[in-house]
Amino acid sequence: MPEPLLDVRAIDVYYGDFQALFGVSLCVDAGEVVAVIGANGAGKSTLLKSIAGLMAPRHGNILFDGAPIGAAPAFEVVARGVALVPEGRRLFPSLTVEENLKIGGQSRRPGPWTLERVYELFPVLAERRHLPSTSLSGGQQQMAAIGRALMSNPQLLLCDEISLGLAPIIVRDIYARLPAIVAEGLSLIIVEQDIAQALKASSQVYCLQEGRIALHGSARELTRERISAAYFGV
Amino acid sequence: MTRVEHATKSSRIGVMLVAAALVVFVLAPYWGDRQTLRLLAEIFTFVALASLWNLLAGYAGLVSVGQQAFVGLGGYLLFALAMLLDVHPIAAIFIAGPIGALVAIPVAALIFRLRGAYFAIGTWVVAEVFRLLASQVSVLGGGSGISLPAAVVIAMAPSRQLREFETYWLALGLTVLVLAAIVILLRSRHGLALTALRDNEAAAQSCGIDVARIKFLVYVLTAFGTAMIGALIFLQKLRISPDTAFSVNDWTAFVIFITVIGGIGRIEGPIIGTIIFFIMRQALADLGSLYLLMMGAVAIVVMLWAPKGLWGLIAERFGWQALPLQRRLVPTPNISKKERKP
Amino acid sequence: MTEWLNVILQGVLIGGLYAMFAAGLSLIFGVMRLVNIAHGDLIVLAAYVALMVTTTLGIDPLTSLLLVTPTMAIVGYALQRGLLNRTLGDDLLPPLLVTFGLSIIIQNGLLELFTADSRKLQAGAIEIQTFQALEGVWVGLLPLIQFLVAVAVIAALQVLFYRTALGRAFRATSDDQPVAQLMGLNTRHVFAMAMALSLAIVAIAAVFLAVRANFDPAIGPARLIFGFEAVIIGGLGSMWGTLAGGVILGVSQAVGAQIDPGWQLLAGHIAFLVILAVRPQGLFPKVSG
Repeated sequence: MPEPLLDVRAIDVYYGDFQALFGVSLCVDAGEVVAVIGANGAGKSTLLKSIAGLMAPRHGNILFDGAPIGAAPAFEVVARGVALVPEGRRLFPSLTVEENLKIGGQSRRPGPWTLERVYELFPVLAERRHLPSTSLSGGQQQMAAIGRALMSNPQLLLCDEISLGLAPIIVRDIYARLPAIVAEGLSLIIVEQDIAQALKASSQVYCLQEGRIALHGSARELTRERISAAYFGV
Repeated sequence: MTRVEHATKSSRIGVMLVAAALVVFVLAPYWGDRQTLRLLAEIFTFVALASLWNLLAGYAGLVSVGQQAFVGLGGYLLFALAMLLDVHPIAAIFIAGPIGALVAIPVAALIFRLRGAYFAIGTWVVAEVFRLLASQVSVLGGGSGISLPAAVVIAMAPSRQLREFETYWLALGLTVLVLAAIVILLRSRHGLALTALRDNEAAAQSCGIDVARIKFLVYVLTAFGTAMIGALIFLQKLRISPDTAFSVNDWTAFVIFITVIGGIGRIEGPIIGTIIFFIMRQALADLGSLYLLMMGAVAIVVMLWAPKGLWGLIAERFGWQALPLQRRLVPTPNISKKERKP
Repeated sequence: MTEWLNVILQGVLIGGLYAMFAAGLSLIFGVMRLVNIAHGDLIVLAAYVALMVTTTLGIDPLTSLLLVTPTMAIVGYALQRGLLNRTLGDDLLPPLLVTFGLSIIIQNGLLELFTADSRKLQAGAIEIQTFQALEGVWVGLLPLIQFLVAVAVIAALQVLFYRTALGRAFRATSDDQPVAQLMGLNTRHVFAMAMALSLAIVAIAAVFLAVRANFDPAIGPARLIFGFEAVIIGGLGSMWGTLAGGVILGVSQAVGAQIDPGWQLLAGHIAFLVILAVRPQGLFPKVSG
């Protein structure tokens, strides 16, 4: 059996004295799309931050491509090929759209994603390349945030609530472009509150509840009842 | 049912120790020589200055590096009142306080427009302005300074010894007054707000505490106390000049180092810090400027590796508090009696 | 009339020096919200480094910049990585108190090494060369060079900030530290680069200061205050505003000194306080918060 691309092994993560994750394990194979769902405060964002290197697990390991990255700082994790699209997009307000994309490419990993490719994927960004990032609409900002993450040519892309605060039609539009991204051979973890959207886009689903994995299975096999049981803890 | 209590076992012992020390200090003229009295008086003034700065920076979050403005102002007010208006020097000390507070009002209105660290440098500019203005006042010696006229000094007390006793007791009394005022303030309703402010300004604001008002209040009160202590310091020195009165090293750098080393944001910190400061000074006085260099280094080390200072380390390790300031919830006696019934 | 023109011109030219003091201060505040209280003392330290370089190598002060500037940049990088990065966070107190302690350490270290005697860098004939700009209005060559260098420094900073990858990294880190890390930026390195750049500017300012006037270990705090006043007058975050702030401060001081020599510094402080009273955001504000 081939080794998984990402192997999160029983991590405990704390904010000071407060424990946010309890022995969470998760695997992502190369080229796979994995969804992480759960209620507010279940620990989804914390899980992504831990993988991206913004938080260090107190116990457990995170292996990426066979190498431990749990203790590595975020800027090294990016260089190894993990990129995070943070919750709320968080573009740099003092930078133009193009500068935001360029700074995503700061780590200079080789790969298919260039400014031109990102503009091809999201043509609207090309039109607004020299404008301040603050002038974009919510949906355009999300596209820029995804483009910025792609610019580092990651093997694994982490998307934190990319549908948050966006109109359904825009969400559908953004999700429609995910296959084109996956086609370049990268793997994806999507964190979503919108369960239907998450199930449609992914092959594996993990459900987090109060910092623990409450349910894990392939997206096709899981029934709505089992998911809502895990989701709400009833 | 519970009630709020301030005292703990350690603070009861602390209060007894403080009371005993007070008796010893009041009687110092009967057991100590001139040198001892002078040293003690100097220690008292530094305890007072550091406690005031601690209130300002440690509790209200107003990190000032310009408190020498009010030390110097107090000193010059003493000289102006005594020399130009024939006010008795001791009365002048008590007049310097309210005038210092009055001056602080417009100053605060101006420099409170600066945020955080820029506020700190703003306070320094104010002190520089005061220094430059003082050197323009030629009746008070201009740039080269002036001594308190013999007539004023003699009017204080008939003999030199009595005068020295007087200034010693004055230093002790004023320091006790300043400390008592701070303790009372911290135990008042405002004190709870101040402690909240120290711990988390944003949270305090969201709890409905008027942060701007309380900061303003603390700034003005601190100026009151600092100007009084400033007047006292220059009554001890009997000579004033713009450079000594508005010295950033003497009245701010030392005071900051004392507070940081002792423990910022805790009432005991400045007291412990002053004791350490004077021990180091007696031991290292021969080193000259190297001594200051070492003080700076020690303060940096403490700030980075023990940010709560020495008293913070002790308090955390043993749960001590020397003065009854913390609020604890304790079961009321009638409830505990009920519980004891079978 | 020409007397006043001369006075104002002197003020404008010295304002360039103040703008250089201010630019380094403003740069690190912009990138990492750090106010470096030791900034003035670092200027004095750089002046002593220049003094040692010029006397041991026998080169003139302007040439010594080739050595002093990189030396101070390295000092800045090491200082930030070794000490100041540890102080950054939500709490205001550590950076303030640590840089304040640093200020005392530098002052007393210099006092120990070089005594309290006044020193000066000798630039030779260039120091006294002047030319007539207008009928009765004379300009010193050195003050003019100093002003032009200041303008060049500010312009270079502007280009660096808005046209280079390093400037992009500075702005991104200033906006959002965690996300900057997610972009592969080591923010500790970015901060150290900002401090290196700040002290490189400090080195340039220091050499001009030391050629122009006497210096001793105690003059640092006043330079910090001049730089700070220029920053606030100009408006936080605006590089060209900083130059304007420096010029306004320089002219105020020159005019004050012309009225009464004792009023030179006071006039500068008063100009600052007046701006603070009527326009607290400065003349050319850029960033909010």
